[in-house]
This record gives sequence, C-alpha cells and structure tokens, in this order.
Amino acid sequence: MTLRLPLSWLADYVDLTVEPLELARRLTVAGAEVSEMLSTGEWDGIVVGFVENVEPHPNADRLVLATVDLGGGDHPKVVCGAPNVRAGQKIAYAGIGASLIDGHTGKPAVLKAARIRGVESQGMICSEKELGLSDEHTGILVLPDDAPIGAPLRSVIGDTILEIEVTANRPDWLSVLGIAREVAALTGQAVRDPSIEYAEGRKAASTLAKVEIADPDLCHRYVGAIIEDVKVEASPQWMQERLLAAGMRPINNIVDITNYVMLEVGQPLHAFDYHRVRGKKIVVRRSVPGEQITLLDGSKHDLAPGMLLICDGDGPTAVAGVMGGGDSEVTGETRTVLLEAANFSGPSIRRTSQALKLRTDASTRFEKGLSRQLPPIAAARAVKLMVELAGGRALQGLIDVYPRKEKEHRIAVTMERLTRVLGIDIATTEVRRILGSLGFGCRWMPPDHFIVRVPYWRTDVAIADDVIEEVARILGYDELPTSLLSGAIPDHVPQPARDLRERVRDLAAGAGMQEIISYSMTDMESLGRVLPAEDLAVSPPLRLANPLSRQHEYARTTLRHALLQALASNVRAAPDRVALFEVARVYIPREDDLPREVETLCGVVSGRAPDRWGAPSGDFAGFFDAKAGMEFVLDGLGVAAEYMEAHDFAYLPGRTAHVCVGGERVGTVGEVHPRVLASFDIDAPAAMFELDIESLLPHVSGATHFQPLSPYPAVEQDIAVIVPADVPAGRLLAIIRSFPLVASARIFDVYTGDPIPPGRKSLAFAVSFQASDRTLQDADVAKQRSRIVERLKREVDAELRG
Amino acid sequence: MTTELESLAAIEADALRDLSAATDRGALDEWRIAYLGRKGRLTQLLRALPQLAIDQRRAVGARGNELKELLEQEHTLRLDALERRRLEEVIESERLDVTLPGPALPRGRLHPITQTTRDMLAIFVGMGFQVVEGPEVEWDRYNFEALRIPPDHPARDMWDTLWIDYEVEGRRPMLLRTHTSPNQVRFMETHEPPIRIVVPGKCYRFEATDATHEWMLTQIEGLAVDEGISLTDLKGTLAEFARQMFGQDRRVTFRCSYFPFVEPGMEVSIDCFLCRGTGCRTCHGGGWIEILGAGMVHPEILTNMGYDAQRYTGFAFGVGIERIALLRYGVDDIRHFYANDIRFLRQF
Repeated sequence: MTLRLPLSWLADYVDLTVEPLELARRLTVAGAEVSEMLSTGEWDGIVVGFVENVEPHPNADRLVLATVDLGGGDHPKVVCGAPNVRAGQKIAYAGIGASLIDGHTGKPAVLKAARIRGVESQGMICSEKELGLSDEHTGILVLPDDAPIGAPLRSVIGDTILEIEVTANRPDWLSVLGIAREVAALTGQAVRDPSIEYAEGRKAASTLAKVEIADPDLCHRYVGAIIEDVKVEASPQWMQERLLAAGMRPINNIVDITNYVMLEVGQPLHAFDYHRVRGKKIVVRRSVPGEQITLLDGSKHDLAPGMLLICDGDGPTAVAGVMGGGDSEVTGETRTVLLEAANFSGPSIRRTSQALKLRTDASTRFEKGLSRQLPPIAAARAVKLMVELAGGRALQGLIDVYPRKEKEHRIAVTMERLTRVLGIDIATTEVRRILGSLGFGCRWMPPDHFIVRVPYWRTDVAIADDVIEEVARILGYDELPTSLLSGAIPDHVPQPARDLRERVRDLAAGAGMQEIISYSMTDMESLGRVLPAEDLAVSPPLRLANPLSRQHEYARTTLRHALLQALASNVRAAPDRVALFEVARVYIPREDDLPREVETLCGVVSGRAPDRWGAPSGDFAGFFDAKAGMEFVLDGLGVAAEYMEAHDFAYLPGRTAHVCVGGERVGTVGEVHPRVLASFDIDAPAAMFELDIESLLPHVSGATHFQPLSPYPAVEQDIAVIVPADVPAGRLLAIIRSFPLVASARIFDVYTGDPIPPGRKSLAFAVSFQASDRTLQDADVAKQRSRIVERLKREVDAELRG
Repeated sequence: MTTELESLAAIEADALRDLSAATDRGALDEWRIAYLGRKGRLTQLLRALPQLAIDQRRAVGARGNELKELLEQEHTLRLDALERRRLEEVIESERLDVTLPGPALPRGRLHPITQTTRDMLAIFVGMGFQVVEGPEVEWDRYNFEALRIPPDHPARDMWDTLWIDYEVEGRRPMLLRTHTSPNQVRFMETHEPPIRIVVPGKCYRFEATDATHEWMLTQIEGLAVDEGISLTDLKGTLAEFARQMFGQDRRVTFRCSYFPFVEPGMEVSIDCFLCRGTGCRTCHGGGWIEILGAGMVHPEILTNMGYDAQRYTGFAFGVGIERIALLRYGVDDIRHFYANDIRFLRQF
C-alpha cells in the first residue's frame, strides 16, 4: 500500500536535516521504499495575487472581471468564471506565458493572452486542477490570508510529497508519525509526538453510551469518546490541504479529523452521529444470517454470517474496520459525535473486506494487525482536534473496553545470534544506540544478551531475528562485508528427468528448429481443435477458478495447439521453412491430487525447403521432415525407436506414425490434418511430432558403451528385393540388421511401377558386411547374403530382384 | 672431330630454340623425343661415339653428356614453367566470388529465456548449487502456508494468485504457483543440511500484462542451509552472481524489504550498466536496477522442517529471469518473450 507523505507535514514531528532526495534514499534503503517524489513547487510564473475588486463582465452573466494586485504596482484585470471568487481573497495568479495544466484537457499548457467575450484577460486566477494539485476545477484555489502578495506560489504552498510503498509488515509506516520515527532514527533526530491534551467536561462519557464486545476474538479493544456541541462545517484550509496532498478528499471537519488522525498516527477512526446511534449503545459482534446494511457510500450489502459488525440498539450500523453505515453517518445536523477507535483482528477484517469487495483506507490498515495500544492515543488526538477545530466539548474520559490486555513484548537477543545471522561482530553500544533510536528499550544482561522491549507500534517484531534485522537495516545492509559460502558442498542429488529434458532441448535446436515458449494456460476451443471431444469430456483439463481471460482458462494437456498457433502467427512473416519446437509441461489431472506434469516435446515444420540460395523453392515439409526431427532427437539420445502407422485426431491418416521404444508408445509423428490446419488459419501443409520425454527415461542409457573398431575391411553389397506393397520397409531393414556380419544397412531405393508387378514394390538396401576378427572372404559374404535373402523370402514374401 | 663438335653445337642451338617455342605439354614431349628420345638427334650422335677415335671420343663424349644434362634440365624447367602457367590459368578461370554465401544450414536456436536460465544456473552451479525442480500446479500449503503466509495474511497481496477450480470444504487448496519458493519447503522436507539448491521454473500471477509485467514468468529460487551461513554469505553470493551475469565492475546494493519467509529480508539492485549509475531510461533515472529479492531463511521455517534453527541458518533468494533477460538483451517489452515471433526469437 502506498502512503502519500507531504514533507511539510512530516516536519511537524521531526526536524528534516537532510535534503529530500537523500531522505528518500535513506528511507528506501531502510525498507520504506520511496517510489516517487512529487514536487508541488515547480510552478513557473505563478504568484500570490490579492483580489482588489470584482466587477461584472459586460457581456456575460457568469463571468466577472477581477482586478488583482500583484504588489510592485501591477494590477492586471482578469476574466474569471469561478463562482467563488471574491474581493479580498489571496489567490494564485498566472501571468501570460505561465505553465499550467489545462482545466479542460488535463494536459500541460502555456497560458496565452486571450479575449473572453470581448474583454482581454490579463492572466488567470487558477483552480487546483490548473495547478496540478487535484482534480478540483469548480472554483479557484483560495490561499491563506497571510500569503505575501507577489510571492512565488511555491514559497506559499510548495511542498514535496513522497510516495512510499509500505510493506505488509509495517502498518505503522502507513502514518506520518511512523515515518517520522524512522526518519528520526535514520538522521539522529528526536520525534515530537502530536499533542493529545485537551480539556474534558465533567460529564463522564461512559454515562452516555455503553459499549459491549460480544466477540473479543475479533475485536480486541474498543475505545469510544463523546464530543458534544460540535459544529459540522468545512475543516480549516491547512487540514484540507494536507488531506488533499495525502490523497484524501476533504468532507467536513469531523470526518476530516478522523481521516487526518488516521494518516497522522495510523489508527483508523470512525465518527458516529451520537443521536443516530439507537439505544445509545454499541455492540461489537459477528453478523448472523440474513443481516443487511447500507454503507456510507450508498452501497447495500447482504452480510454473510461471521462478519464483524458494529451494532447499535437496533442492529448493524457499521461493518467493523471496513466502512460505516449510512444510518449513523455524521451530517451537517450532527451535534454530538461518538468517536470509535478500535482494534480488530486483521484476518477477519481482510476476509470481510474481500467478501464485500470493499478495500478502504481503514481495512487495509486493520488487516495488517495494528497495535492494541494505539486506540486511546488516536482517540485522544482526534478529540483534541474536534475540541479545537469543531468547537466541541469533550466528555470526561474514554469508554475503553479492553478484555484481554496485551503484555509488553520483551525479546532476548544474544550477541551470538546476532553474529551468527549477520556474520559480523558489532559492539553492544552500537546495538543499543540503533535500537534506542527506533524506540526499542534495550537492557544488556551480562555476559551475552540483551533484553529488548518492543515499542507498542512495532507489531511486526516477534523474535530475536526481527530485532537483528532492525540493527542490520539501520546500519545499512551495504555496510556489511561480503563473503562466499565456505561450508561443504552438499551431496549430489541426481536429476535424470531434468537432464534428459535439457538434452532433448539441445537436440531439437541442433536439428535446426527454433525453440518457442508459450503460455501454459489455454482455452477449450484451442484444445478442441487438436484433441478429440470425447477425450476432453472423459478427462477434462484443470480449469482456473479466476482466469485472467477466457483465452487462458485451462491447463493444457497437449502442446499441439501452441505450436500450431505459433506457426500460424509466423507463416506470414517468414515465407521460408519454419521449424518450431517447445519443451514444456502438460498437466494431466488426477483425482484429488496435483496433476501429473509431463515434460513434453512438440515440434512443427512447415513451408518449402530452401534451395542453394536459401529461396523457398523445394518441397513442402511433410511427414519425413517431421520424422527427421524426431529421429535426430532419438538418435542423439541413443534410443532405438520403431514407427508404426497409426491414427490420431490431429493427424492425416496414412501419414501418421506412433513412435515406440521398447514396445511402449512414446510419441507421435505425422502430417497435420488439413482440417486442423484450417482451424488455425494455416494454408500451407505442416508436419508435427510429439514426444513424452519422461517415458524415454528408462530407455536412455547413461554413458555410451564403446564398440571396438574393426581393423578388417568391410564389404559393401546391394540387395534389391520385391515385396508386397504393404510390407513396411522398416521390417526388412530390421531383419537385415539382425544378421551378425551386417555392420550397417540402409535403404537407398523404393520403387513401384513397371516392371514391378502390381501390388508389389521394389526395395533396395546397401549393406555393409564386416567381421571384427578377420577379413571376410567372398564366400562368407555370399553365405550371409543368401541367408538374408532366404529369411526375407520366408518372413515378408520377398523375391530377389535380378 | 670438329664435325661432331659442330654437330653438338648445332643440336644445342636447335634444341634450345625449339624448346622455347614449345608452349604446351604435347610440344614438349615431341621435343623430348626429337632430341633426347631413342631416335633423337643427340641420342643418335652419342650412340655413334664408339665409332670415333679414342681421343675424339672422349672430347665429344664429354661435351655430348654435358649437353644431354643441360637439355634435360632445360626440359624440366620448361615443363615446370608450363605447368605453373597452366595452373595460373586454371586458377584465374575458376576464381570464385567469395562474397557469395554458403548454402544455409538450418540453424536452431534456444529461446532467450532458456539461454538466460542456463547461464544463470551455470553461475550458481559454479558456486556449488544443484539444480532441482518442482511442480507448477501447487498446494496453497507449499506456496503460502508453509512460507508463513496463512490465509487472510495481508502479504498475500504481494502474489496475486490464479486458483485451480477445485474446492475442499469451501476453500481452494490448489493454485498455480506464484513463485518458486515452495521448493524451499519441498526440498527441506526430504533433505538434511547442508543444502545448496537452485530451482528454476515457471510461475503465474493474476496480473494484467504490460511492458514490464507478464502473468506467466520464470524464476530461479535459491536456497542454502548449513551451519555458519550468514547475511554476508548471502551478499557475497548474490554479488558474485551479479558480476558474472552483468560484468565484473558491477556494483550491487542491498536494501531492506519484506518477505514473510525470510528475516532479515532484502531487495537487491545492481548499478545500471547502461548509464553506470547516473540515471537513464533503463533504470528509470535512479541509477539502480532491482533484480531480486532475498533474505535469511526465517528460523520458524527451519524449525518446521525439523531442523535445529539455533544451529542451522540459511539464505534464500528469488530472481525473475525475464527481468534479467530484458536487461541483458536490452529488450523494451516483456511481452516479446512469449509472443513467439520468430523475427524476435531469431535475434538470440
């Protein structure tokens, strides 16, 4: 959460002894990250003017002519349309050429001379919007009466605002005083706490209202105060300016004071119109089924049971820690205020505000866990301001219901622990100095530890290491030395699946394919294009409860669609061959368990092969181009695979194979079905392959085993046979390779047509015969060759071709 | 005798004249046959030597052998010269335009995030860390609760979460991990110190996408637990990483920050390597670029793992890989990484 902090306000509680930029740096290093520094003092050519005289515009009812004294004898006449301009005001005057924000467009502009309804305007009286202070543009900004005429505006209302990103553990930093304490520690200054002293009446507050905490687990403390005879009106200019600078809209003096004190000390407050609190009693309790409330912002809510409510004699009058109700809101008629300063359970407030979708300045503070000692301090401060600024009379005492008092928190911190965590030796005096500057009490207990008393506002400090962080961050992490790990290197934990996956990635890239990374989540429509509807119905993919968009709603169970989408978006930009692959997990749902995350390779290749000059003029990528990719990867892993013709929803029948290793199916390769291509708006043919990487794991041997090189020459021979057309060549190859003297064999020709009889085909193999222990004689080769032919004849009805 | 010597002189003159006139290999062979061949002029003259008187035979013989040697030498020289010229002609005629390209071999490339991940992991591996991995779909228990972020904890706002549509007793226990930190817990549950691991992987956030934010991101988690590990070790390890990744003269700065699972916690920045700390667009004018979050493992987490938190300390860090890749490649928009435009991918 961001705190907008005007330095002029901060200066009330601590002397600012360093430049704003340096202050921002020190706060950031200490953990209060200053994300932005806004200067409201950059106005160029804008000075304080005094409105001497206001006369009607001769040609327009809604405009006036204001004569402005700028000191030094200048008295420009300015055309002004603001309803609130009056003689005797101090205002912000912009001369011709001044830099402003255009009140209509909101963009920076330079003021030009202009005639408005026939009268020349010698400059302009500025609104807050035109000065960039706020969006207020219905009237002009009226300056304090003591603003010196002719002075640059920045010297009067110029300020620097720090935007501080406050981490969730430091609700105390969501207040000007909290930051002041930090600044004091960082610059060696002292904090001046705001005054909480005021005169009380004789009548005791507790006689006018009763407070009951029905659910003390959710409301730890409830402090009430009663202020009579308040006059509800606009709050003073200085308070409005501070609230605006801090990013809050002024409402009226009572509400403004509650907001002001919240910003000042970090405790959210709520002011009820006492006379609208029915039964003059407050009950803090959980909601029960069927309760409803209308809140300050006019919104009506059905309350789920268990939400913490502030109730009066009749029922809910506020949602505790989130927002007050419309029934008891302070209005212009309010005379007596019942002020609430309470402490609520953080998780409860967070749950309620999330359920109601209402995140307010109060709820974001409460949810972080505020100090239980803060309510009476904040209440007293607000009462004092209501007495001083709203003419109220404070009743005697505070109504303070505090069922379980929190003990002061003390932590033992040993020097040994400090050294162990920070890696440095530090003097006890230095520890004491640092902790003292942050408001920690610090008692040295010889010989080895401190007893540290945690200041009440530090709800984040619970253990010794928290205290140690305080020491380190005020010293500055950068001031600590550096070292490298010196302990023993832990035992190696083998990661075979990961190693295999990375090898696959390298091989796929080595095969000339470009790696892509696509989103893990997709939509049902994309999955439905590449997977059969029955499969998706039988085992539906995991669905997100709160997807960012419909496009990213389901955890993908395949990579097919992702590769085809990437192909589709690239085919236009790249006319040449596109070969893409991705290695990623797919998510296979399991009953009541995390899904099985399966490392998968998917590759797609499309477009024409390049010629000598790289022009796409060769064949369109087809089955064998995808198979080449698959083979490259599997060969690289030393895995022998079998390819068997198969059918698959996304692939073209007759041009699709299952890839099997050791009898187990590990993947698919084939040409993408034209229907699927069309659904991705891909015009060109494309071929694809997929591999379940983990299923390969048992088949990937560790280190390759060396085969001795034969010193004896090899004999090369060709064998051409004619076989029935439906016999796969791979079967013959496997037979040939199974012979002991065959060192290698490859297919070099496949032929059908004349003179081969119909229904048969010719296959030619180049076979290399070699023995490891002798030079083969012609007779050896001839014998082996005839056995091969014989077996081919027997097993696949092969006849030797002439 | 004079006649024979005169004949030799005539043969020499004729042979040298004819030799210089021979311009190809065939002519040279003919020349050789004409003078030095079995029926060549010089051979025949020398063959007639025995018919000469003894004194004359010696003089003519000596002179004849001299001439034979000379002619053979000249022949060789001439042959070499001709061969050289022929080669020169061939070279000239077969000269290539070396600026023409070789036929393109298909080049595959790894995604820049893969490359960056590997480079980063290699640095940590060099410091004794091992690479392990964990699930992307994760239990709330690991992603949050075991990291001291119970339900309704305000720190949950730091990780806007994508939840799996799966409810048990009105709560959603399954999510897409928002960071790689659950692997700290997963690894410690099954291992004893000393521990030094880095865990790369995809993470997911319920976050609108813009030039610097992606809802899918990649992180590397680091964890070291042992006796005697202190904040100075964390600083040294991360400074070494930054220097190896971004250059030896890189400066590193550490500032206090908050993550519920570390104490003390910090954010780490490097000085901007483009402007060297003076302020530019890359570092948003600040001169420093935030690259990761880190801290000392919260003792409560060590205790929950069954470790003796008085004896063992540890540090953990989490670094966003996209951010590192943006910086190292000067990419101006994080959305390029997962748009898979090959015009982008082919640059790396």
